[in-house]
Amino acid sequence: MTHVQHLKPFLKKTPFHDAMEAMMHGAGWIRWQGYYSPAYYDSTQSEYMATRNGATVYDVSPLIKYAIKGKDAAKFANYLVTRDLSKVAPMNVAYTAWCDDDGRMIEEGTLFRLGENDFILNAALHQLHWLNESAYGFSVEIEEISEQLAGLSLQGPNSRAILEVLGVQGIGKLPHFGIMETIVDGHWLRIDRAGFTGDLGYEIWVKPPDALWLWETLFRLGDPYKIAPMGGHALEMTRVEAGFILVDVDYIGSHHAIRPTQRVSPIEAGIGWAVSLKKDAYFVGKRALQKEKAEGSSRFILSGIEVEGRKPAPGAFLYADEKGTKELGLTTSAMWSPLLKKNIAFAQIPMAYTKPGTEMWIEIWYPKEKKIERSMVKCWTRNRMFFDPPRKKEIV
Amino acid sequence: MASKYDAIVIGGGHNGLVTAAYLAKGGEKEGKNKLKVLVIERYHKVGGAAMSEEIYPGFTYSTCSYVCSLLRPEIFRFLDLPRHGLQVIPYEINSSPNHEGEGIVTYSDHDRTRESLRRHSIKDAEAYDHYAAEISRQCRFIKPLLMVTPPDPTRLNPFAQNKINPWGKRNDLEGLLKIGREFGRMGEKQMYEIIRFWTMSIGDFLDEYFETPRWKGFAAASSIIGTALGPYSPGTAYVLLHHYMGEVDGQIGAWGFARGGMGSVSKAIASAATEAGVEIRTNAEVAKVIIRGGKAVGVTLGNGEEIYARTVVSNADPKRTYLKLIEKSDLDSIDPDIHAYAKNFKIRGSSGKLNIALDGLPQFAGLPKESAWGTIDIGGDFDYIERAYDDYKYGSWSKRPFLDIVIPTTVDPTMAPPGKHFMSVFVQYVPYKLGEQPWTPEMKSAFEKDVLDTIEMNAPGFKDLILHCQTRTPWDIENEVGLTEGNIFQGELTLDQMLFNRPFPGLGQYRGPFDNFYMCGSGTHPGGGVMGAPGANAAREMLRDFKHGVV
Ligand SMILES: Cc1cc2nc3c(=O)[nH]c(=O)nc-3n(C[C@H](O)[C@H](O)[C@H](O)COP(=O)(O)OP(=O)(O)OC[C@H]3O[C@@H](n4cnc5c(N)ncnc54)[C@H](O)[C@@H]3O)c2cc1C
Repeated sequence: MTHVQHLKPFLKKTPFHDAMEAMMHGAGWIRWQGYYSPAYYDSTQSEYMATRNGATVYDVSPLIKYAIKGKDAAKFANYLVTRDLSKVAPMNVAYTAWCDDDGRMIEEGTLFRLGENDFILNAALHQLHWLNESAYGFSVEIEEISEQLAGLSLQGPNSRAILEVLGVQGIGKLPHFGIMETIVDGHWLRIDRAGFTGDLGYEIWVKPPDALWLWETLFRLGDPYKIAPMGGHALEMTRVEAGFILVDVDYIGSHHAIRPTQRVSPIEAGIGWAVSLKKDAYFVGKRALQKEKAEGSSRFILSGIEVEGRKPAPGAFLYADEKGTKELGLTTSAMWSPLLKKNIAFAQIPMAYTKPGTEMWIEIWYPKEKKIERSMVKCWTRNRMFFDPPRKKEIV
Repeated sequence: MASKYDAIVIGGGHNGLVTAAYLAKGGEKEGKNKLKVLVIERYHKVGGAAMSEEIYPGFTYSTCSYVCSLLRPEIFRFLDLPRHGLQVIPYEINSSPNHEGEGIVTYSDHDRTRESLRRHSIKDAEAYDHYAAEISRQCRFIKPLLMVTPPDPTRLNPFAQNKINPWGKRNDLEGLLKIGREFGRMGEKQMYEIIRFWTMSIGDFLDEYFETPRWKGFAAASSIIGTALGPYSPGTAYVLLHHYMGEVDGQIGAWGFARGGMGSVSKAIASAATEAGVEIRTNAEVAKVIIRGGKAVGVTLGNGEEIYARTVVSNADPKRTYLKLIEKSDLDSIDPDIHAYAKNFKIRGSSGKLNIALDGLPQFAGLPKESAWGTIDIGGDFDYIERAYDDYKYGSWSKRPFLDIVIPTTVDPTMAPPGKHFMSVFVQYVPYKLGEQPWTPEMKSAFEKDVLDTIEMNAPGFKDLILHCQTRTPWDIENEVGLTEGNIFQGELTLDQMLFNRPFPGLGQYRGPFDNFYMCGSGTHPGGGVMGAPGANAAREMLRDFKHGVV
């Protein structure tokens, strides 16, 4: 007998669990921060296609959420993150990075501004220790509220239509990164227009007891609009097409990097646009980031690349030449895009190579009938947002 | 006085055996220079503090050390220890019972640990990963320092008279540069962190992360084990690191059970040594090291027998070696300071051990059943530990001690009859003497009773399961195992006694003050624990001297 025979199940179920389980046809559960999360229901391909064709629903309840409130909340949040929050009005979402003192990125994610001094930070990793540490001297209350809200991400070309039949007034006017609150059939909803797929899409937050009502209603009303559930595998494909980076995949969070050289700045992680060096107030890491910018000392920029041929290039080295004498960098995420019919990847490449169209070489090792083969092919720098349809931001 | 041997190893502790095996194999590269080695051990079997013995019929006890992590993988592989029967099985749970509420449990699975910690404090659960990452960074710096001779910065002085280590100079410089580079690579912040960490108290360190008093007391456990320090004594953070820098199969910080008890480690090393040609004599106590003309030339046994060799290396602790086995006049003729160093060497014993045969598996208060498959620490908050420490400071054992308990038989089918268990209880703090009084049998039973009562309080019904109990005070450990004052590390692990200052200033590179005399036990860098690194490092220095013709 080992200790295993005595362990009690400990993974938590989100409020949507029972509804998801009913549709689960494979050994599709994976872990997400201590919760059951679907990797796939039946086939990743169908879930991916449904996202790009109709609409899909993905359970985002396990996201770690921190409420930041109090007299100095706006001041504190602006000190914490790299974006300039004076330009973000209440009821809007800001995608932003937050850094350590060395300007190395702890994580990036969305910050909801609900009121002047009322924020919710959404994180993939546990941040309370850092938030409390940085809040020293500010009059703020920080609370972990992850389980106070349940959330579904409704993404795809038909997502708005589904919300319209659900009866959400004014959804067509909600701008990209806007937030609204409403009541439907007596249920409180908070909806923000954002997501991880790069398409038209929304995140819908409800009180946990309303979760199954939301799921059931969406699937009932959404049926004619080709609604489907989606798991993490399909989400992974859509987020690469959309150009979104992922902590501990495309970069290592600076707080758990063991070697200091592994940490990256947001500029290096390819989200330099989210760093507002011009904002008046000081923010954590500002000095280091100003210096990096001024000196041009970024070691690389995480960029999009398109690869010749069809073999996906995960963990592949890039070179300046076909012989592979001058190494340029490494890919962090890679896939064949069934939608775009392109072989795409994110790669850390030197600044001199970041201009779209720059040609490089890439070494790919791939399995072929029980053997591993190598190919050296061309690749080109591209805008990392491979998929960016106009409907994403369209107002109707 | 023909010397039959190239080297005599005084003491067959696991480090002495590692030295012997490495010498007989001619070093890591298995050089031509395979030395003829004799190990002389006073006890009837080898192993020292890494020992398995059948004290009660049918039950194998790990009589001193009880869990394995520090044993260097390089040694494991070089001596092919698995082929010699060694198997280390990691465990994945650490816990602390609570008879007044919910206990604390951590698992190797971080998600599960976080869930378990959240029941006590969300803040602490959230800080856990930060804390774990910081410990990993500290381990990363120290790891490359383990299997090397510590460079001595004083050797860079061109005016120094290098009586001891004429060959060391260049290595010292290179070694220092290498450490400097490693250090530099950590980045400024981490450099400051490392210096802070090596000198601060575990109490201060944990206060920076956590709020729950019981959790802090639990997390501090590894930093007081074997020390004569309390949780707020500076230097205790390092001791924690010393317990985390080990690994099982590359899993840093993991601990495991040696199948068959900790004696299996020594047995496997002895088997590898014997295979390489090492001769081992047990039941033979070395009385003196023979010094002639400033050189070590052999040893005299308790029965008067003299055995000569080209070199002598002591696995005994520094105090025993320099105060008992070597004449003061011999030391004084080299440098009178050495005697003083030895006298002042901090080697206070602070730990006792109970080995218990059980009729069944006890159930601990406030803990899930699986806790019995790992370490169970009975303690409390810092106040609990400080109070335990206070008793010790004033010359008594802790009336409510801190206990580190394992039941290896939950995992190991070889150490007890089916359904029965062996329980190892490590007790902190226990003095070597009670004030100035020696231990009496009455005092020892009173001590044993306090420990058993403490366990009973945290595992109701435990006492009814006891079939046999062996109790060891530091006094017993000194007399039975040969560790001076019963100090488990052969000398405190404080910065003043570490690196090139271990054991003494100027003698930190395994060479003694006499030509052809060496040290290889836990009293040398990198210190105590069933690690083997001191033994392997000492052998490397000895082989270097052979090669240079110094011997
Ligand atoms: C109670 C206790 C619990 C411990 N728990 C752990 C643990 O769980 N994990 C861990 O990693 N470490 C633990 N340690 C520490 C670890 O066991 C020791 O640091 C390590 O075993 C010391 O090994 P060594 O070879 O350096 O010395 P020793 O094991 O002390 O070996 C010295 C040998 O020399 C012999 N000797 C001494 N004088 C003479 C002489 N004059 N002539 C001949 N022979 C002589 C002794 O008999 C002994 O065999 C523990 C120690 C103790 C005491």
